[in-house]
Amino acid sequence: MRSRFISRVSWGKAVSDDRSLYRVIEPSQGWKALRWRELWAHRELLFFFVWRDLKVRYKQTALGAAWALVQPLAALLIFSLVLGRVVGVPSEGVPYPLFAYTALVPWTYFSSTLTQATNSVVRQAHLIRRVAFPRLLIPASGALTGLVDLILSLLPVPVLWALYGSGPSWRLLTLPLWLLLAVAVALGAGTWLAALNVRYRDVRHLVPFLVQLWFFATPVVYPSRLVPAPWRHVYALNPVAGVVEGFRWALAGAPPPTAVLAVSTGAAALLVVSGVIYFRHAERAFADVI
Amino acid sequence: MLPAIEVHKLSKWYHLRADLPAEYHTLRDALAGALGRLAGRRPAPVRTVRALDAVSFEVRPGEVVGIVGRNGAGKSTLLKLLAGITEPTGGRAVLRGRVGALLDVGAGFHPELTGRENIYFSGAILGMKKAEIERKLDAIVAFAEVEEFLETPVKFYSSGMYVRLAFAVAAHLEADILLVDEVLAVGDLAFQRKCLGKMEAVSEEGRTVLFVSHNPAHVKRLCGRAIWLERGRVRFDGNAHEAVARYQASLLAPPDDPATSADGFVAWRLVGEPDPFTLDHEGPVTLEITIAVREEVRDGLHALVLQTPDGLRVAGWGFQGVRLSPGTHRLHYRFPTLPLRPGSYRWFAGLWDGGETVDTLLFPRPLVIATPAHSVLGDTWAGVLNVPCALEVKKTP
Repeated sequence: MRSRFISRVSWGKAVSDDRSLYRVIEPSQGWKALRWRELWAHRELLFFFVWRDLKVRYKQTALGAAWALVQPLAALLIFSLVLGRVVGVPSEGVPYPLFAYTALVPWTYFSSTLTQATNSVVRQAHLIRRVAFPRLLIPASGALTGLVDLILSLLPVPVLWALYGSGPSWRLLTLPLWLLLAVAVALGAGTWLAALNVRYRDVRHLVPFLVQLWFFATPVVYPSRLVPAPWRHVYALNPVAGVVEGFRWALAGAPPPTAVLAVSTGAAALLVVSGVIYFRHAERAFADVI
Repeated sequence: MLPAIEVHKLSKWYHLRADLPAEYHTLRDALAGALGRLAGRRPAPVRTVRALDAVSFEVRPGEVVGIVGRNGAGKSTLLKLLAGITEPTGGRAVLRGRVGALLDVGAGFHPELTGRENIYFSGAILGMKKAEIERKLDAIVAFAEVEEFLETPVKFYSSGMYVRLAFAVAAHLEADILLVDEVLAVGDLAFQRKCLGKMEAVSEEGRTVLFVSHNPAHVKRLCGRAIWLERGRVRFDGNAHEAVARYQASLLAPPDDPATSADGFVAWRLVGEPDPFTLDHEGPVTLEITIAVREEVRDGLHALVLQTPDGLRVAGWGFQGVRLSPGTHRLHYRFPTLPLRPGSYRWFAGLWDGGETVDTLLFPRPLVIATPAHSVLGDTWAGVLNVPCALEVKKTP
């Protein structure tokens, strides 16, 4: 039946000169590709989403963007006192505050992006019911917007260097790679949770537990060396572990994350690819179920 | 020329679980359902709602087509499908050209952002490029009349200003095909008129417009053609006046004419027409009214009036010396011509005998005139009569 109709359409003379503007609307079948072309056509809109989120984020706040520093710094204070001083957690020969802060920076980015992404799509329900655009832009812009906070929260790092008598090294140049990995992990987990939350609002209630568990499963406040060797590869399946160790290596000169890195990066790639594919599949029905 | 919009058996079905409120799902329900299936229990029955049921039509480039119908008839679903917001369950549609969908006023507006910032984001999400927004910024601001408040967060705007700005952004979207839903039903009267004017300008530019409205006057004014949807199906597709008239008639008409007691005027119909309540030519035409009288009418005065739905009397006829014996009678009225413009009309009938009222009735079922109008399209100066007229231009020497 479908093919008969197509044959009826003669693609000869165009109504609009630009044939690329032709749009065919029909039920999609199965798991289609990611529709890259549609995403690429909306790259400017992604920029606008990020721009809007940044504009809105700190409007009518007294501290403005300084809030980006408050959360990791407060966490740093608590963990340095409790774990660094009182408990005396080993920190790979790096002063504990520097050890913890260089991991708290990517962790804060990851946890806040995850929490925010979960609700992001549902929060834009009105837009989704009324306007057509790739819904992937919503979690994607969340992951990019958080990046600005992440970069801001790097500002205290030189202060910590000065305090503890260390400084930058050539390893700092690898930071963009770790940032990329962080975005990939946050986007991967965020797309999964955001899409699931549209269908099952329970996800929103699960996320705080998930984030808490994830925190302890990630070497933020302790070194991954504390994990028994046979378990370390399982442990490395947590893609955030790779991100955190990478940051710590680049910024604080901790041992290189060689053991964790390969598995972590693989897990990160798997997470982001599956997350984006699942989201792109699910987003076609968002307007109906949201 | 290829149609700008081609819709072929387009359907949208929603599956609602009968034991749940519509579209409410939780993980618990999903798990319970899965466990239930494992245990061999049959899942709760699914109710299928056919929001759109095999709808087909084509729209030529430059045509302005209205969509009328009751709430839930599928009008908005149709636009959402064509806009790409939701996917069809079946069928296919092809849109040829850049599509602009205005299904909402203020899509993407954020209260904390200024007027200018909202123009940018709203424009972008409606599909404008940054350069295009920059080019049109002045025109948008001027149209919305918000020059002084451009740097003010829109949460401080009056609702009128907000709506004006929101519509202004949408109205400046450059699209070959515009899908418009009820956007005009906002703002004060003066702004509504302005929006309508803008819409007219858009249609004169040769863009293709699909226009959903609850306001039949807007449809008649803007559209040459209209599609009447009912329960997800196309009930009528053709001249906008006729579509609106038929749709409005369906709202007024009870399925049967319960008008009356057994006494007095019972019903009316047109004799010899394919549809006894619709006239699609100018005549001659015969009207039949059924009347039942209990007592003999010896010297009856009988009046028949044709009026518009808002009560304007188009024509009236009086008949004297009517004699009726007790029982049911059929009265035939022969009109050599009934030159009326498309629309819906109603019959009023009265019968008096020796100063006593036998019966008076404004028949609830309307007469639908589906005759093509002689004048050009556009309802503004249309009037009631449909009288042909030829124009001849002679230059004086």
